[in-house]
Amino acid sequence: MDKILKMVAQRLGLGLMTLFVVSLIIFLGVELLPGDLAQAILGQAATPETVAAFRKELGLDQPAYIRYLDWVGDILKGDLGVSLANGREISELIEVRLYNTLFLASVAAVISVPLALMFGILAALYRNGWYDRAINIITLTSISFPEFFVAYILILWLAVNWGIFPSISNVDPSMSLVDRLERVMLPALTLTLVVVAHMMRMTRASIINLLASPYIEMAKLKGLSPGRIIVVHALPNALAPIINVIVLNLAYLIVGVVVVEVVFVYPGLGQLLVDSVSKRDMPVVQASSLVFACTFILLNLTADVLSILSNPRLLHPR
Amino acid sequence: MSDFSRVMVRELKNSPMTAKFGMIVILVYVVVSFFAPIIAPFSETEIVGAEYEPWGGAFLLGTDNLGRDMLSRLIYGARNTVGIAFVTTMLAFAIGVVTGLLAAALGGWLDQLLSRIVDVLMAIPSLIFSLLILTVVGTSVINLILVIAILDSTRVFRLARAVAVNIVVMDFVEVARLRGEGLWWIITKEVLPNAMPPLVAEFGLRFCFVFLFISALSFLGLGLQPPTADWGSMVRDNATLITFSDITPLLPAGAIALLTVAVNFVVDWFLQKTSGLKE
Repeated sequence: MDKILKMVAQRLGLGLMTLFVVSLIIFLGVELLPGDLAQAILGQAATPETVAAFRKELGLDQPAYIRYLDWVGDILKGDLGVSLANGREISELIEVRLYNTLFLASVAAVISVPLALMFGILAALYRNGWYDRAINIITLTSISFPEFFVAYILILWLAVNWGIFPSISNVDPSMSLVDRLERVMLPALTLTLVVVAHMMRMTRASIINLLASPYIEMAKLKGLSPGRIIVVHALPNALAPIINVIVLNLAYLIVGVVVVEVVFVYPGLGQLLVDSVSKRDMPVVQASSLVFACTFILLNLTADVLSILSNPRLLHPR
Repeated sequence: MSDFSRVMVRELKNSPMTAKFGMIVILVYVVVSFFAPIIAPFSETEIVGAEYEPWGGAFLLGTDNLGRDMLSRLIYGARNTVGIAFVTTMLAFAIGVVTGLLAAALGGWLDQLLSRIVDVLMAIPSLIFSLLILTVVGTSVINLILVIAILDSTRVFRLARAVAVNIVVMDFVEVARLRGEGLWWIITKEVLPNAMPPLVAEFGLRFCFVFLFISALSFLGLGLQPPTADWGSMVRDNATLITFSDITPLLPAGAIALLTVAVNFVVDWFLQKTSGLKE
C-alpha cells in the first residue's frame, strides 16, 4: 500500500510543479507583449505622462517577480482582477461561464461514455466482422471531421429542417433544467460525436489486446460464451486504459468546447476566451487560459492516479 | 528500381478500397492546389457579383458574403489552407525529429532538459496555448506557422525519441560507434532509416491534426486573415446561410473533412502494412 501512496504523492507533486510552470508561462507570455499593457490600452496617441500614471495604477512599475507573486496571491484568494474591456470583476464573469461549460461537458459525457463503452465492447465481440469493419470506417471518419462541420450538419438537419432542437444555445441562469437541457442538446450531441469515436476505438483495442492472454484461453476452453468472456473476464483487466482514455476525453470535452461554443453562441468559458482574444483583453485571456489549463492538468492528473489505483498488480502486492 | 516500383504497384493494387479512395482524393487535392489559377474561373479576392447569389449561371456554387465566387475561393483555399498546414507539419517534424533523435542518441542532461520542456508544453491544452500566444504576438501567417509548429513538434519529439531509444541500443549502432562514425552519421544513416515507418504514419496523423487546428483557428477568426481564401474562415463568413437550409457553408467544411478522412484512411492502411498487424 505504501508504494501506491508514494506513487500517487509523486504524481500530485509533479502536477503541482506543472501548474506552477504553466502559471509562469501564462504570466510571462503577456510580459513579452511589445510595449506593455498600459501602452496597449491607451494606444499610440497617449502622452508619456498618462502612460506612466496608468502604469503606476496597474502596478506595472514593480519588477516582474513581485507582480507575478501578487498575481498568484490574488488568484489564490479568488481575485482574478478586472476586465479591461468593461471593468467587471473577472471572477464573476468566469464563474457563470465556467458553470455553463461544465454543464455542457457533463451532458456530453453522460451521453457519450455509455455509448462508447457499448460500441467498443460490441466491436471487440464481433471483431473483424462486418459490424466491426463498418464501425472502424465510421469512427475513422468522425475523428477526421472538423467540429464545426459536425455542428453545422446537426444544425441543418435537427434544427433547420426538422426543427427538433434550437440552433442557438443561449442559456441564462434563470432557466429551468429542462429548458437548459433542450438548449444544450445540439452542442452536446456534436461533442458526443467527436469524442465517442476515440473512446470506442480505445475500448475495443484494450479488450482485444487481452484476448491472447492464457486466462482468456482458459475461459474459452471452459466453454464460456464469447460475451461472458469479454464482459466478465477481459473488461475488468482492460479498465485501466479505458478509464484513462475516458478521463482524457473529459479533459478534451472541457477544453475542446471552444469551437462548439462559438458555433452555438453558447455563453461558456471558451466563448469568453475567444471574445477576449479578439478584443485583446489580456487579464481575461490570462485568467481563462489559467482556468482551462488547471482543469486540463487536474483531469490528466486524475487519469494518472486512477490508472495507478486500478492496476491490480499494485493494489494486491505479493 | 524497377523491382521496387513493381512491388509498389502490387501493393497499391492489393490495398483496400478505403486506402485507394484516400490516395485518389489526396491526388486530386494536390493537383487542384498546384493548378488553382488555371482551374478557378475567377480570382481569389475579386468581387464579381451580388452577395449570396444562388448556385448556377456564371457562379457554379454561387457567391459568398461579399459577392466573391464561391467555387474559385474553394479552389484557392486548397492551395492556402492545405499549403500552410503542410509547411507547418514539415517544420514541426524537422524540429521534433532532430531534437527527438538527438535526445535519444546523446541521452544525459540534454535528454532530461528537452523531455521536461516537452512535458510542460504538452500539459497545456494546445488550442488554449496558441490562443494565448497568438494574442500576444499577433496573427500573421508566419506567427501562425511558427506557434503551431513548435507546439506540435512536442508530439513528434515524444514519438521520435521513444522509437529511437530502442534503436540506439542495437548492435549495428554500437558497431557504427566503434567504427568511429560521428553523431550526425549515426543519426541520419543508422537510426533515422529504421525509425521511418512510425514517423511516416505519424506525419499523416500530425498533418490532419495541424490542418484541423488551423481550420479551427481560422473559423474562430484568429487564424488566416482575410482576404486570403481559407476554408475555415469561409465557413464562418457564410454560416448564416445554414439557417435558410442552404448547404453552401458546408462545402468548405466538407472539403476539410474529406481530406482528413482520406489521409486517415491511407495512414490506417500504412500502419497495418508496416506493423504487420492482422488483428
